[in-house]
Amino acid sequence: MSTQTEETRPLAKKKKKVPFNYSPYVRGGKLPHIWCPGCGHGIVLKSLLRAIQLSGLSQDDIAMVSGIGCSSRTPGYVDFNTLHTLHGRALAYATGVKLARPKLKVIVTTGDGDALAIGGNHFIHACRRNLDMVVMVYNNSIYGMTSGQSSPTTPQGTTSTTGRYGSIEPTFDTCKLAQAAGATFVARGTAYHFQELEKVLHEAIMHKGTAVIDIIDACPTYYGRFNKYKTPTEMMEKIEKEGTVSVKQAEKMSPQELEGKLLRGIIHKSDRPEYLDEYNRLLERVQKK
Amino acid sequence: MQGNEACAEGAFYAGCRFFAGYPITPSTEVMEIAAARLPKMGGVFIQMEDEIASISAIIGGSLGGQKSMTATSGPGFSLMQEGLGFACMAEVPCVIVNVMRSGPSTGFPTGPSQSDVMQARWGTHGDHPAIVLTPASVQELFYETVRAFNLSEQYRMPVILLYDEIVGHMREAITIPAPGEVEVIDRARPSCAPHEYKPYDTYHGDVAPLAAYGDGYRFHVTGLYHGADGFPTNNTKLIEETGQRLLRKVDNNRDKICKNEELYLDDAEIGIFAYGVSAKSAKFAVKELRKKGIKAGLLRPMTIWPFPENAVEELSKQVKTIIVPEMNLGQIVYEVERVAQGRCEVKGVLRADTEPIKPAQIIESITGNGFFTASSKMSELMVDRDMLDG
Ligand SMILES: Cc1ncc(C[n+]2csc(CCOP(=O)(O)OP(=O)(O)O)c2C)c(N)n1
Ligand code: SF4
Repeated sequence: MSTQTEETRPLAKKKKKVPFNYSPYVRGGKLPHIWCPGCGHGIVLKSLLRAIQLSGLSQDDIAMVSGIGCSSRTPGYVDFNTLHTLHGRALAYATGVKLARPKLKVIVTTGDGDALAIGGNHFIHACRRNLDMVVMVYNNSIYGMTSGQSSPTTPQGTTSTTGRYGSIEPTFDTCKLAQAAGATFVARGTAYHFQELEKVLHEAIMHKGTAVIDIIDACPTYYGRFNKYKTPTEMMEKIEKEGTVSVKQAEKMSPQELEGKLLRGIIHKSDRPEYLDEYNRLLERVQKK
Repeated sequence: MQGNEACAEGAFYAGCRFFAGYPITPSTEVMEIAAARLPKMGGVFIQMEDEIASISAIIGGSLGGQKSMTATSGPGFSLMQEGLGFACMAEVPCVIVNVMRSGPSTGFPTGPSQSDVMQARWGTHGDHPAIVLTPASVQELFYETVRAFNLSEQYRMPVILLYDEIVGHMREAITIPAPGEVEVIDRARPSCAPHEYKPYDTYHGDVAPLAAYGDGYRFHVTGLYHGADGFPTNNTKLIEETGQRLLRKVDNNRDKICKNEELYLDDAEIGIFAYGVSAKSAKFAVKELRKKGIKAGLLRPMTIWPFPENAVEELSKQVKTIIVPEMNLGQIVYEVERVAQGRCEVKGVLRADTEPIKPAQIIESITGNGFFTASSKMSELMVDRDMLDG
């Protein structure tokens, strides 16, 4: 078992760049991953591993839970306590793990279909409970693993295998949904802005309560192909770079300028009581009697 | 004490400290008692948003190291099927209570039935093992709940406690054994060094030790077919082997898992095969028949899955007829027929109108001409429900 070495010290504070050592976090023999060339899922994973290192968490104290989908394959590649569950159910499994083992930092990796379609009910109730966990929604606007059907975040008018003539359904805004349902940390990042994503993920990990991060990602294989993006790079630039603005930039922009753009950065933060804290107070109360 | 209450008490006795559920009649009391008792014991109780979430949460809780349980009825049990399959595949111990109610869909929520026996065996997709216990009284429900936890921990798989509304709501005085009086089994934990740990390494037998997340053994769990290390595989040989091993865990231990009660079977010429609440009527019927000089005997399985094939086979060699009373339109009767292989006659005494099968109905099926089904002369066959406690 590899241990952390000096090379794994955080980059952020260092002037002289030392290459980040991913190897302690990656499971031996489990790579290469199944993701397509040009898929953003790998970039997101890199940002996550760096954020984890920055937070100083030990690998033993992390549980990573996922549902089913391309993004949900993440736990198979990393050396934590990992659980690859059923399509849409990651948050309910994660709730069980966290309640049974409160000392674990639970990180959920899920897709837009996994979290918001089949798992929509678990999503809103996880936000409502505010149990301490990080929920990373890899949002590529499509079902990747099942080859490109519409998802709840497929933009209206775009094409998929089940939206051949242009999707007519309105899309979910993951962040608005999470905030309305009660998540106490809501943020958005993109695979393109990977350094920013690392910071946001780090803050999410340090937050106590349900932290939802909508991560705008690109699926070149399906979404890109159906919607005539020539290369993964072009797609990233159009969707992730031009399609988003940072919360700071947005402050100076007019509503017209902001139209069609998604906010990036920490969108909402509050310190409503965390579920396990409440539960422990309840235990104290009933056990006194 | 009520049946559902005895079930919850049995769970606590067995060491269950994690309950996640969603209310549904007629199982709700199990959850309500868990809600009242677990916080006092420092355990976890959570009301989830639905049954899918409930079974998911208890699987997560079990992997976190807690003995976990959920309780539901008909429609809720249907929703849990995918999770049940996951627990089989990933070999996660947990207990699922299904207090059977009547009908497909919403049916008749407060009416009893025994119509989920096939769902309990075959409800989820794919080939998988099943252990399903069918207690018939309040005291037995307590013991069988403890046994359900023991079996689930021993064989690393979900175990289903299947009983009907009458057993769930029946009140009987019971004794709760002192701690230590009844054996409580805990899952085997790994003793190897963390880096050597493989969650499905069956080097020492078909059931591997199970670590808990957070104990320093970092391991992977998936619902995909996997190898000894828990990681997905597409190796056909490994897939076949895993599937076979899952079935073997139960098949090879039938004798230890199956538990039957027998009454007047020694010289029986007519056998009654009855489980759960119907067995109560059957017991009464057997005694009445004996008074009339008819050599009837009862075989009552307390484990319906794996199906008690050996006992039924023996019975079929001995008797002329096997009567199978059940509160459905024909489920277990076909299993009995399958095992009997024509060696004797097999007759179902069936009804699915939410009324329990009366002893008189069973007696009539033997002494009268033909046998009765749901609509047969009910008024003539009425027996007071209280009699079932006899
Ligand atoms: C109950 C159930 N329904 C459907 C599926 C098929 N399925 C597998 S992955 C998937 C969608 C994945 O899309 P998403 O969650 O957006 O993740 P991505 O693959 O795009 O990363 C579906 C529908 C399944 N596995 N289980
Ligand atoms: S199908 Fe799409 S989401 Fe899945 S790995 Fe390929 S590019 Fe990524």
